[in-house]
Amino acid sequence: MGSLVKQRVLRTIVLLVLGVYFILPLVAMAEFSTRGAGGSRSLESWTSIVDDDGLMEALVNSLLLSVTSAVLMLLLLVPTMAWIRLRLPQLQRLVEFLCLLPLAIPAIVLVVGMAPLYAWVNYFFGNSALTLTFAYTILVLPFAYRAIDAGLSAIDLKTLSEAARSLGASWITVLWKIVVPNIRVALIGASLLSVALVLGEFTIASLLNFDTLQVQVNLLGKRNAGVSIAVSLLCLIFAFVLLFALSYVGQRRRQTVVEE
Amino acid sequence: MTAVAPVATTPGGSTPSKKGGAAGRPSAAAWLVAVPFLAFVGIFLVYPTVLVLVGAFQDSAGAFTFENLSALFTGVVFDAFVRSIELSALTAVIGAVFGALLTWAIAVGNPDGMLRRIVVAGSGVLAQFGGVPLAFAFLATVGFEGLVTKFLRDNVGIDLFAGSAWLFDLPGLTLVYTFFQIPLMVIVFLPALDGLRPQWREANASLGGTSWTYWRHVGGPILTPPFLGALLLLFANAFSAYATAAALVSQGSPIVPLQIRGFLTGEVVLGQENLGKALGLGMVIVVSIAMGVNVLLQKRVAKWVR
Repeated sequence: MGSLVKQRVLRTIVLLVLGVYFILPLVAMAEFSTRGAGGSRSLESWTSIVDDDGLMEALVNSLLLSVTSAVLMLLLLVPTMAWIRLRLPQLQRLVEFLCLLPLAIPAIVLVVGMAPLYAWVNYFFGNSALTLTFAYTILVLPFAYRAIDAGLSAIDLKTLSEAARSLGASWITVLWKIVVPNIRVALIGASLLSVALVLGEFTIASLLNFDTLQVQVNLLGKRNAGVSIAVSLLCLIFAFVLLFALSYVGQRRRQTVVEE
Repeated sequence: MTAVAPVATTPGGSTPSKKGGAAGRPSAAAWLVAVPFLAFVGIFLVYPTVLVLVGAFQDSAGAFTFENLSALFTGVVFDAFVRSIELSALTAVIGAVFGALLTWAIAVGNPDGMLRRIVVAGSGVLAQFGGVPLAFAFLATVGFEGLVTKFLRDNVGIDLFAGSAWLFDLPGLTLVYTFFQIPLMVIVFLPALDGLRPQWREANASLGGTSWTYWRHVGGPILTPPFLGALLLLFANAFSAYATAAALVSQGSPIVPLQIRGFLTGEVVLGQENLGKALGLGMVIVVSIAMGVNVLLQKRVAKWVR
């Protein structure tokens, strides 16, 4: 029993020390962003988030981007990955390699090669921040690939699709009515991850001179630290809520599988 | 990993397909389905990558040269590489040690408990999406007017910035980086700790072993490869990180990613247009070495475990 007590003590110490270490900055952000004149408390930093037009515009850009990138990612990955499992196993390794490649190439390096490419992109598609959709879809590939791959591995895709095909379903029907509903949990997971990643992305947006949430937060910090800190705290809380929700999405699937 | 299974099973055509050629060679039409994905990735991932890798070997007129690469080993650029590697190695070790402790603390608890959920979700946020907000978290905590700075100055009489503006240089970056390195360790290392079976512990106890013999002969050897793998991953992660450093350090470029920012935002010396690409190549090489060693290590282990 002695070692169990020791374990409990050590565990408590670790949790306390690291807990304080990680919570202290959050408390500091809350404190800093509610500072008023002469040592008083004020919510001015928080209310001026909404009044800042530049910040709101950038937020809209980022929210739109998170949707467009998730949609483009799903459109590109789901049919290709399902098709490879069904008909093109030769491509499996190449596609996996390409999807995981962004892990080996830091975003700061990718942006060096993307700068000349975006001269063309902006020539064809205009100078909208939404053109970042292309770059962001690349950035989310590794995370999305893993989530979708895990989803596809968990179902018997071949049998399901052959059953549907033998009943006369077209490939489109198989994809839309068999594959997508069966891996919807994986698709939700992949989408939530890419939303969180896009909302937090700074490197590529800032170096290609597009106006996104993180770029504005950074710029704003030079003039008014309070507002930037308030928005930063909001970003962290929002990402936490997204990931926390994600931990329940995975669990619900486990439970339904057991019930079935 | 999972990648091998479908490749191994399907070419044999074990499943009888109702359509003639489906099980054998895919038709030309079958390949067409992969075209949009391959075209997109070709344009937006492969092309920019090649542009960097090839550009690293070109002078401003486009002719082949080794000059950009040899410039990596001189002066400010070389110092930045050394500093980047030091920063990444140091924060990888700190992150791995404290991250492993934290992982252990939540792994021995209730697997469906709230504490574990909160730590895992919080780790995900800091490890993958911290970026700029993390820099501001730091300004709020230990910046010139930060909570801790003010507290120490007003109540204890310690001036955090007495020596230098350390927060905006390497010591500050080290401190900030631990805030995404420790959480990343939790995410990477938790599956390994979850894989330790309670039966092993019981077997050790029933044979008269102590906690020490368990970690020395069972837990330790099993966890060493995933620990080293995580250490390499943390190194690559810190080495690639840009956002937090960029938001924190606006003057000067102590580390490689910030040097590349310098090349992208203007301060280019004539004749050195492609030096930024050489820096990029250098980063890719360092990251690839770390990842390559990791792959070799895990392959070894996979063989050994089976």
